Amino acid sequence: MWAILSLLVENKPGILFKVTHLFRSRNFNIDSISVGVTENPEYSRMTITTLGNEKKVAQIVKQLDKMIDTIEVKHLDEHKTVYRELSIFKIKLSNASDSMEINKLANAYGGKVHDVKKNSIMVELTATPDQIEAFKELAEPFGIIDVARTGVAALQRSGV
Amino acid sequence: MATNLKNKLEMTGAKALMTALEKEGVKEVFGLPGGANLPMYDEFARCDIRHILTRHEQSAAHMADGFGRVSRKPGVCFATSGPGATNILTGIATAQADSAPMIAVTGQVPVEMIGKDAFQESDIIGMANPVVKYAFQPRNAIEVPEVVRKGFYIAETGRPGPVLIDIPKDVQTNKAEMSFPEEFKIKGYHPWTDPDIIHVEKAIEMILNAEKPVILAGGGTIISSAFAELQSIAELLMVPVVTTFKGKGAFPENHPLSLGPIGMHGHAEANKIMTEADCVLAIGTRFSDRSVGTFETFEKRLKIIHMDVDPAEIGKNQTTSVAVVGDVRASLRIMVKLMMQKTLKKTEDTPWFKHVKETKDYWRENLKLHPGEMGAAKILRKLRELLPHQSIVTTEVGQHQMWASLFFDVIQPGTFFSSTGLGTMGWGFPAAIGAKVAKPDVHVVDIAGDGSFSMTENSLATAVLEDIPVIVFVLNNSSLGMVAQWQRTFYGRRMIGVEQGKCPDYVKLAESYGAQGIRAQSMDELDRAIKTALSSDVATVIDIPIDPEEDVLPFVAPGTSLEDMVLPS
Repeated sequence: MWAILSLLVENKPGILFKVTHLFRSRNFNIDSISVGVTENPEYSRMTITTLGNEKKVAQIVKQLDKMIDTIEVKHLDEHKTVYRELSIFKIKLSNASDSMEINKLANAYGGKVHDVKKNSIMVELTATPDQIEAFKELAEPFGIIDVARTGVAALQRSGV
Repeated sequence: MATNLKNKLEMTGAKALMTALEKEGVKEVFGLPGGANLPMYDEFARCDIRHILTRHEQSAAHMADGFGRVSRKPGVCFATSGPGATNILTGIATAQADSAPMIAVTGQVPVEMIGKDAFQESDIIGMANPVVKYAFQPRNAIEVPEVVRKGFYIAETGRPGPVLIDIPKDVQTNKAEMSFPEEFKIKGYHPWTDPDIIHVEKAIEMILNAEKPVILAGGGTIISSAFAELQSIAELLMVPVVTTFKGKGAFPENHPLSLGPIGMHGHAEANKIMTEADCVLAIGTRFSDRSVGTFETFEKRLKIIHMDVDPAEIGKNQTTSVAVVGDVRASLRIMVKLMMQKTLKKTEDTPWFKHVKETKDYWRENLKLHPGEMGAAKILRKLRELLPHQSIVTTEVGQHQMWASLFFDVIQPGTFFSSTGLGTMGWGFPAAIGAKVAKPDVHVVDIAGDGSFSMTENSLATAVLEDIPVIVFVLNNSSLGMVAQWQRTFYGRRMIGVEQGKCPDYVKLAESYGAQGIRAQSMDELDRAIKTALSSDVATVIDIPIDPEEDVLPFVAPGTSLEDMVLPS
């Protein structure tokens, strides 16, 4: 099971270390993690995606909840959540038509093109991890030089 | 606000620390001074807190741990930065594994020096994080009073545990206008949950409908002092009580319903009945592998009702049918109250009850013991015979510890303590000293082996110089006995690194520290030695040579289930 966890934590030094350490010491895995300050500068929100069966995810949530620095821990239902990841791809340009093809592809996924050079092009894509994977697959034949991904940021929809 | 301002006093961080400790009711601190904690040590000259000097920081932590388990208030230990702090770490991890309340205060290099690899600098906050309930490092003197208040609150509430307070040296010496807040907020900490009455009702229904119910009392029963409630439940239901090793003595072991501890070295009758039960009421236990054997086998055979203060323990190791989250004493109280309203049929006449009784009687009669005069069972039963019931017993870690579990019956609940989770050799003696400081009016005995005792034997200096007369009861097989047993059992008798020889001579060792040393080589000598120790006002080491070949049996090998218990042949 792929699970999105949303943590509201104290915005203090060392909390990220404690959270990641908990995953290591309890033999859990972090698939992706993103952290940023919330509307209240006292708190940060961490979005962690992890893999594990239902029992394991429930145990991760309980152990995170037990941490004194976490204010709130939620296992988000992905169907009731807006979740996105930012990715930046650097893709090879080999043929004259590649640039146009990649532009089209980026457009289809709602991406933006940057840094067009003679031999490479960059695509910025904000989407769900699945969509990013799909884009990656389609971009692969051109030759992917580098990828940077931020990990998922997520918020539960209102009224659910 | 006005009163608050009036109460503000200018003082150093070190003074604020000691004032805050006094406000928490601290009367004793166990520790060792060094460069980075000298400012706080200097404050002992100006306050009423007694400093108890140890010869090693690990022992200071174990003393605070023993004090905390007995008094149920955090014991306090001090260490300096760097090696002082790393030495204390084993003691902190031990307290965490056994949910013991503790405040460890370490000195740290000045704030500006942190991260510069300064002399005696260690990132103790980073190192201790996985083994503390919480760790603080105040960066300004003004934070000290609130950090101490929060530290005590965290250490002693909910599931207790150790809290580390690491104070940079300049934070100790800097002055600030201090106020000592009574009230504070920790947003992410909710130590208490009120037990849900519906879950308690479900638990009652499940246990009443079980054909072969058992109560399993864990360490949480002792931490929350739920002795009377546990006994009421057991007697109302006429259900046998087994315990984990940490729960040993949660229930009087001379009670007709008591079967003693289950687990790796559990009582034969306890393990037998545990494997036959169809429903267990598990109270304040984390279902450690040592207690239940392989997790899958244990949870497969029976329905589990789990009561615990820590929600993260529910479902961690065992799948439960009913969970009651909350202080177990509060949960049991509700349970007793609800059961009083029901008409319960006493179940003495059920086939299960008869079977339990027969099993218990059989094993109490027929468990094969060491044939010699100085077998472990005989020695420990002699100690039990002569030791008043309210005395406190600690143990070290090893064969003697498991023999204590098997052959030393705890009659008064909450008088037996051991390093059960981390299994820290050397814990028992300093913990006994801490226990004696907490309860000076009762006898305190450390049931020890020569291997474990040698790890912290220099605490004899503390016992003698600080006049803390505890008794160390050394079952001396001149070896690391438990490891030797495993080498005999699993490694073809290839004995590597386990022989300790007759080194040191524990009588002479005790005497060299100014303590009393007595050797007991026969039952008569043992009888006299115990009586002498109990009537002495000086720390006493009783050295009891035993057969190095004696094994601890029964034995459930690691990675197997309770059914696979090996019995003495």
